[in-house]
Amino acid sequence: MNRDRHHATQPDQAPGHLAAYRAVLSSRMRAQRSYRSNFVIDLISSGLVGLIELAEVWLLFHQVGLLGGLTFEQVLLVFGIGDLCFSLADLFVGHLDNIPTYIRKGTLDVFYLRPQPLLLQLMTSDISLRRLTRAAIGLASIVIALSINPIHWSPAKVALLALTIVCGLVTYASLYVWAAGVQFFMVNGAEFTNAFVYGGRYASTQPAAVWSAPLKVLFGFVFPVALVAYVPTLRLLDLPGPAGFPTWLAWCTPLAALWMAAFGLTMWRFGVRHYQGGGG
Amino acid sequence: MVAIHPYIRLLKAGFRQQSAYRLAAFGGLVANLTFGFLKVAMLFATVRAGGGTVQGYDIGSMSAYIWISQGLLGSINLSGRIDLADRIRTGDVAVDFLRPLDVQLATIVTEVGRALFALIPRGLPSVAIGALTVGMTMPTTPGPYLLGAVSLVTGITISFATVYLVAIAGFWLIETRGLQILYMVLSGFFAGLFVPISLFPTWLLIVAEATPFPSMMMYPIDILTGRVTGWASAGLFLVQLGWLAAMLLVGRLLTLAGRRKLEVQGG
Repeated sequence: MNRDRHHATQPDQAPGHLAAYRAVLSSRMRAQRSYRSNFVIDLISSGLVGLIELAEVWLLFHQVGLLGGLTFEQVLLVFGIGDLCFSLADLFVGHLDNIPTYIRKGTLDVFYLRPQPLLLQLMTSDISLRRLTRAAIGLASIVIALSINPIHWSPAKVALLALTIVCGLVTYASLYVWAAGVQFFMVNGAEFTNAFVYGGRYASTQPAAVWSAPLKVLFGFVFPVALVAYVPTLRLLDLPGPAGFPTWLAWCTPLAALWMAAFGLTMWRFGVRHYQGGGG
Repeated sequence: MVAIHPYIRLLKAGFRQQSAYRLAAFGGLVANLTFGFLKVAMLFATVRAGGGTVQGYDIGSMSAYIWISQGLLGSINLSGRIDLADRIRTGDVAVDFLRPLDVQLATIVTEVGRALFALIPRGLPSVAIGALTVGMTMPTTPGPYLLGAVSLVTGITISFATVYLVAIAGFWLIETRGLQILYMVLSGFFAGLFVPISLFPTWLLIVAEATPFPSMMMYPIDILTGRVTGWASAGLFLVQLGWLAAMLLVGRLLTLAGRRKLEVQGG
């Protein structure tokens, strides 16, 4: 019911280009905070998701100490970058997951009636502030990992870290767009795309050295999440790369992000063209 | 005297209803396999780094744990979502109370019917593909399979009896989504979905065992794969029965109280 409220909140500002998007977003932020106790539970749950995902990584390293050539202190940086990028993408565009509901109920047609690009409208139709706590867990992991690992800092490494986080965010956001595009073809197909969106998140927090060859192709190149966190971490910590992932690839994260953006937008265009309306 | 017949029909109806969504089942299988292979990569690496065994798991038994837990993903409710929650929020549940059926039993039985169907397109193929690609060690005597099958159905039922409680809280809370998400976060972790609970440190294991979640997935897998045998497996099964009884009893009391609380407006 929350979800539909923004249909009624038509922006009444003069036609500035971004004014409409801004009005929708600020109303969505106000709406989430107005159910205070529910918002607090949401924030706690979302932080707990981050902590439990970290615990799942820690439990394995706690047993053996070294996995895929990394210690827990080192994999903490992989986890932190992967989870921060994913939860920020989730915060901004995670609601694209609602597309199957829009399609089934026919409410998607409302978006078509407005004189703005469909994808941009959908992306700015909501923002999930509750993800902030999960992003905070990711950020804290990065900060702790950077302070406990010996790193030979240089301007290039600072630039690499900044570039990595921006490109990771774009990669995941594009993955959400790709998944949304696929939904136009599959009724009840959300689980199929979850395999790559949420599977991609899970994969990006692992040391890719442990992967089998098919996984390396799938999550190293098709959905390039290995480049989101693992490969840049190797470069930042001056560690050698395993077979298939030389560490100069760390500078190719923009290419990975571009590829995923192109893949995602193409799938989205296919999907939108395929869509015929829910009737009614 | 309770009439059993309608509940068996609901069980069958749930089973048949789910058979209509073939593409969804295919999508679910793809998700099971993708996550399964990622789990294989991490957990096999852990076993190898531990010198061939970790907490009694070797490659073969770890593989059995991974693929059976993946196969159960579509059948054990670890999401906390159930249709009843919407029916309570919209008030449709009033109609359910008018039917000559017990709302709690009817809900759980229908959901279990769907869950059992999901074993066919998602459960069995996941286990089969896992066994063919990476191999797994399974018991060679019939005992673990017999008790394991009963334990599995019990685990599935416990999950729905527990999710029923999340939904029924909607009589008192306006929005149960927070509770549902909390269930989703904790259930997978404590049920042993990504890491078997034997790998937990002692304090965390005690916390896990104080919840119904290991009874949903970890114990049935332990029994079925022969990791726990003899009297110990009978003990785990008894723990499951205890949780099932407790969840059903609490659900019964909350249903009675909620029914008195329910206000239906309009006509």
